[in-house]
This record gives sequence, structure tokens and C-alpha cells, in this order.
Amino acid sequence: MKHLRSIDELGVDGIVRILNLADHMVEVNRRPVPKVPALVGRTVVSLFFEDSTRTRISFETAAKRLSADTMTFSVSTSSVNKGESLRDTIETVSAMGVAAFIVRHKTSGVPWQLSDWTDASIINAGDGWHQHPTQALLDCHTIRTELGRAASADCLAGVRIAIVGDVRHSRVARSNIQAFTALGASVVVVAPRTLLPPEVHTWPVEVTSNLDEVIGDVDVLYMLRMQRERMNEALVPDLGEYSNRFGLDRTRATRLRAECLVMHPGPMNRGVEMMVDPSDLARSVITRQVSNGVAVRMAVLFDVLGEANSEVSS
Amino acid sequence: MNGRDMNTVNIVGGRIVDSTTDAQGRPADIHIVDGRIAMVATPGATLPAAATVLDASNAVVSPGFVDLHTHLREPGREESETIETGSRAAALGGFTAVVAMPNTDPAQDSRAVVEFVREQGRRAGLCEVVPSGCITVGRAGEHLVPYAELMKSGVTLFTDDGNGVQDPLLMRRAFEYSSDLGITMAQHCEVSRLTAGAVMHEGSCCSHLGLPGWPAIAEELMVHRDIELVRITGGRLHVLHVSTARSVDMIRAAKADGLPVTAEVTPHHFTLDDESLRTFDPVFKVNPPLRTMADIDALKAGLRDGTIDAIATDHAPHADHLKEQPLDAAPPGMLGLETAFALAVGELGMDLRSVLACLSWNPARIAGIGDRHGRPVAEGEPANLVVLDPGAAWVVDRGLVASKSRNTPYHGRSVTGRVRHTVSNGRAVVIDQVAQR
Repeated sequence: MKHLRSIDELGVDGIVRILNLADHMVEVNRRPVPKVPALVGRTVVSLFFEDSTRTRISFETAAKRLSADTMTFSVSTSSVNKGESLRDTIETVSAMGVAAFIVRHKTSGVPWQLSDWTDASIINAGDGWHQHPTQALLDCHTIRTELGRAASADCLAGVRIAIVGDVRHSRVARSNIQAFTALGASVVVVAPRTLLPPEVHTWPVEVTSNLDEVIGDVDVLYMLRMQRERMNEALVPDLGEYSNRFGLDRTRATRLRAECLVMHPGPMNRGVEMMVDPSDLARSVITRQVSNGVAVRMAVLFDVLGEANSEVSS
Repeated sequence: MNGRDMNTVNIVGGRIVDSTTDAQGRPADIHIVDGRIAMVATPGATLPAAATVLDASNAVVSPGFVDLHTHLREPGREESETIETGSRAAALGGFTAVVAMPNTDPAQDSRAVVEFVREQGRRAGLCEVVPSGCITVGRAGEHLVPYAELMKSGVTLFTDDGNGVQDPLLMRRAFEYSSDLGITMAQHCEVSRLTAGAVMHEGSCCSHLGLPGWPAIAEELMVHRDIELVRITGGRLHVLHVSTARSVDMIRAAKADGLPVTAEVTPHHFTLDDESLRTFDPVFKVNPPLRTMADIDALKAGLRDGTIDAIATDHAPHADHLKEQPLDAAPPGMLGLETAFALAVGELGMDLRSVLACLSWNPARIAGIGDRHGRPVAEGEPANLVVLDPGAAWVVDRGLVASKSRNTPYHGRSVTGRVRHTVSNGRAVVIDQVAQR
């Protein structure tokens, strides 16, 4: 695989391949010295046009454990602020000899535009509201390992997942819905109509605005972050009303099935969508998502840049 | 060769199709002297000698095209286009007149700017450049422009194109004030509060791509508002770049009510849909956005039944570096002048005469230049003519466009229908697909 830009492009075979590799990387991470020489001499650049310290550190940790050289191109200190175009930026940094770019941008589609202007691999670390494929992969990995299932094309069969919150503006929701349904899960999205995407009936999901209707009935409760600036766009009346209808509070927590996993892509808005402390929940796997993130990103980097990929290693 | 000879052109072997002929047209040879058609002769008759002889065998001779909607970018954005380069693209596309949109810098809201644009067009000498005027000062939507003053410079079409006039009171006043001046308000219909940050059509494709959507209703609300304002004020409305099925329905109903409403559609809106954005290529970003197949069908039906009067290009050049930005930052717009005829004749399934009506005599009337463009091909008429190969196939190549910018969405597309020669004001400005200046 040359690039990882979306779950659609990766396909179900690609997802299974990454999940199998991730098992191996989990084992590497358990070693006393969690480091292998797989990517020695390869340079991986984090090209973050939008701040995300957590995702960037996760990727850079993954790259270092595979012995790649890592660089960070941060927009706040770069010439992008002096009016340099997207194309000039990627062409200039590419000329230094880069094997892969890890790209985060506030606008959908930028990873596709960039891959027209560089020979390096592009790994999408989040583009606009569109895709965040490594988040989806680490979430699939987390769910199926918690369920004790081996990676396969139907390893989430029979699993019912509720995704709650601002689906309209969420790249996490878009990539997770593709990945979850590709592996056989059924998904219900829970949100007011204002936070659902247009034409949501064309999505492969059930839709409801009543969290209480589904909360006792799902295997995974996936809470999305509610951004405070949505209040300024008349998308919800106020945060209190949002919390009352869509937040996970103590009452709702008691209605969760005992084995229901609670997940969140982070960073959490405590007091908005999370009205309970995750540590008070029987099966919160939010911290597990973060640690799995490193292993899954190691798997992605290895898949894109490893020996098997002659297109890149030539 | 004397000066008189320089001003003579013969067009030989063609078949005339104009507003007075049927779709088949009639074979004739044409002799042009000093900007006017001096003789229309039966084939084989001996014409006076001419300095330039244009071969029209197996081709159609038609009145030249008139574009109601051209962005020439001068003054202010000469990195993307100039009046000269845009005029050259127009002539190659068969246009003998283009209406220059007013979103220049400074905007076309004063006689000084309007006269400058007209004069630059005259200097380029490739087609007539007809300046439009702004509806509001600086296109800012706050104060009316002195319309009667601009009329002294020949302006009859007023628009804030790029912006719709948002304030309903101001628009009501514009229609009322202009209602006895014989001028037309051309509206860019977009309620901007509904399109903030929008990149593409709001629909299932935008939903999947996670791009901010431009909903159809943002256009339709303003089409409705302006039709109803025309009904109570007696003003005259031209709807620019109609893009949705319901807009077509409303315009059809307004015409049935006898209201003075006209409309145009662009070639890109009847040939491309929102799925093009799946490539994330900003060349497909345009305002209003590419819509759905259902909208395309409605726009074609509107052209066929006369609801939509004209095909207009919304030719909107942007330099490469402006388009090579993320989709939200890249400016909207695409080239149109050099591909309009091929897309119209090749993709609409309409007979040639109906296509020519939409490209020539209908827009000439709307632009207020029907005294010199879109005229019948007859003795004594101004010689603004085009010679066409309706069946000629070619491939669009962004590297070969005459425009200063290259943002055509049709790069690599095979199309049918080509402009062979263009005669502007009696001079052969395009001969065998080559601009002569």
C-alpha cells in the first residue's frame, strides 16, 4: 500500500492486514526494549497544518519504535504562514528525501491533493470532517481484541455500535462507520438532526435522536467530542440541553449492558458529553484506545514503508 | 494591397443558420466590406474579390456568439486574465461579444472603470467587450449605483455577480428605481447566510466527503424573492447561472405569468455533477456549485422548452497557484469560453438552430446589444459572424488554451463541435482555429 488516505481506499482486506500487523506490534511494545530496526534510514515527516499534539506524538512514537528518523513540520513556525502554497510546501520538504508524510489538515481532501505533488507516501492523520483512518483502525483493533476475536473480514459481525454526538463535523465518525460496517458491525448514530450529515439516509447506519432508546441495547457506546464553537452556529440551543439529551451521565451509565464498551477518540469534554468519570465505568476502554494507537500506527507505517513494499523501497 | 482591400472578407461555401432560417439553414456566400455584410449571394455566384477568403465548405455560418457572463479579471487580477487574453479566448470560442462581469478591482460601479474596460476591449480588437455595471457601490450591498449615469456609457445589464444582493429592501428599491430605465438587474442568486464556507453542493456526495455544503435552497430563496419583487415593481430580472431544478420551475412559472424574467445556464452546470469533487481537485469548485444529475436533467429541459433563454459561460480564470490550495481556500470558478460551443452542441441533444439561439440572438437581446449582435446574416447587417464545424471532434487540452489561466474542468475530454473562423466587426479575428492578433 502506497498511501493510507481513507478506509474506503484501504478496503476490507487492507483493514484485516493492518489488524494482523497490529497484533505483532502489540507484542513488540511489550518487550523490555520496544524497538525494532524495520525502518532504519527512512525519514517520516509529520506535516501538521492543524495542531494535534496527541495524534502527532502517537505517530512519532510509532515511527521511532520502528527506528525511522522523524521530523516535525509545524505550520505555526513555518513559511506556510508567509503565504507559501500547499504545493510549494510539499515539494520543498519532499526534496529533502522523505519516505512518508503524516498529514493533518483542517480541510477535507488535502492528502489527495498532496499526493499529486510528491513521490512520498501520504498517511492521513485527519482531513477536515472527512477521514481519520488510523483512528478507525485503532478503534477496530480495540473492539475486536476486547471481544477476544482474531482479525478477519467479519471480526465485528453481530456487534452493535452506537456513535453519539456531532457526526456531521466528525472525521472520526466517517472513517469509523466505514470500518465498523466493513467488518460486519451494525451502527446506529445518535444525534439531533442539526448534527447529522446531509442525506444521512444514504449512509449504512440507523439514525435516532433518542439515546435512551438505544443505550441499553448496544455492545459499544462511542461518544464523540462536542465542540463548544458549535454553539455559535445555532446547531444546538446550549450545552446544557446537549448534555441532557446526548451526554453519558450516571443514570444512563447504569442502563449500559455489563459488557458494553465505552469509547471516546479524545480529547474528552468532561461535563459535556462525558458527565461521568470514565474510571467509574465498568468497561471504559478509552485509555486502551490510546495505547493501541501506537501499535496500530506502527502497523500502518510498516505496511506503507516496510520491506514488502517494493514500490516505496526502490 | 490597398486599405479598402484590407477591410473585405469573403465567406465561401457555407450554410447560413440564423434566427430567420430553419434548422437546416440555406447555402450562401457572403461578402463583407468595412464591418458590414455587403452581399449575400447564392452559391457559385461571383463575389467581389476580398483581402481575406474564409473557406466555409461543410460548415455553418451563424451570427457570432454573445456571452452574458465573462470574468476578464482586468482591472485588478491580471495574473489570472487580461481583457486581451480573455478576448482571444472568446474569439476562439466563437464569441463576438462578451459581457464583462463587474467584480474587478476597482469594481465596475463608475463610468471611469466601465469606460476603461470597454476601451481595453477595443484595443484588443478581438471581440466587443460590453461592460456590465454593479447593482450596488463596490458590490458591497449597501448603496445603489447611479444607473442612469452608467447608461451614458452604454451599460444596460447591472449585477453584483460573485455576490447576491442580500438586503431585500435594497433589491426592491433597485428594481423600482430601474423599472422605467429599460435596464436589467442580473442577479447572482445566493443567500449567503446559508452558504458560509461552502465548497460544493449539499447532498450525498458532500455528506460522504465531509465538505461544507452549498444547499439548493440558498439559490432558490433568492430566485423566488426576486421574481416576486419583479411582480410588484415592474423591474426586469435576469437570473445568472441557474443551477437547480426548482429554480427552473420557478422561472418557468414566472414566464407563464408574463413577468419580464430571463435566465441563463452554464455549460458546466449541464455537463458536470457534484461527483466530480470526489477527486478533491479544486478545478471543480465553482459558484454556484456543480449539482446533481436530476438538476442537470431539469436544466436541459429548461433550455429545450425556452424557460432558460441563454447559455452563458461564467468564464472564471484563476492562476494555477490560486487553485493549488485546499478546497476551502481555492477560489471558485472555471474556464468556459473556448469549450462552450462544443459542450452545447455536443451534449444537449438540441438541434443546431436552438443551440445558436441560446448562444447568439437570445443573449444578444438580454445584453441590450441586439442591434449589432445575433442579427440575421443579411445585407446591411453588422458583420459579427462565426463559421462552425458542428461535427468536428477534438480533445480539450489545458496546455493549449488561449486564456491566461488553465483551470478548465474538461482537460482530456473528447468533445464534438468546433469553431473554424470568427469575424468580429468585419475583421477575420480567428482563421482556421488560429487567432489573428
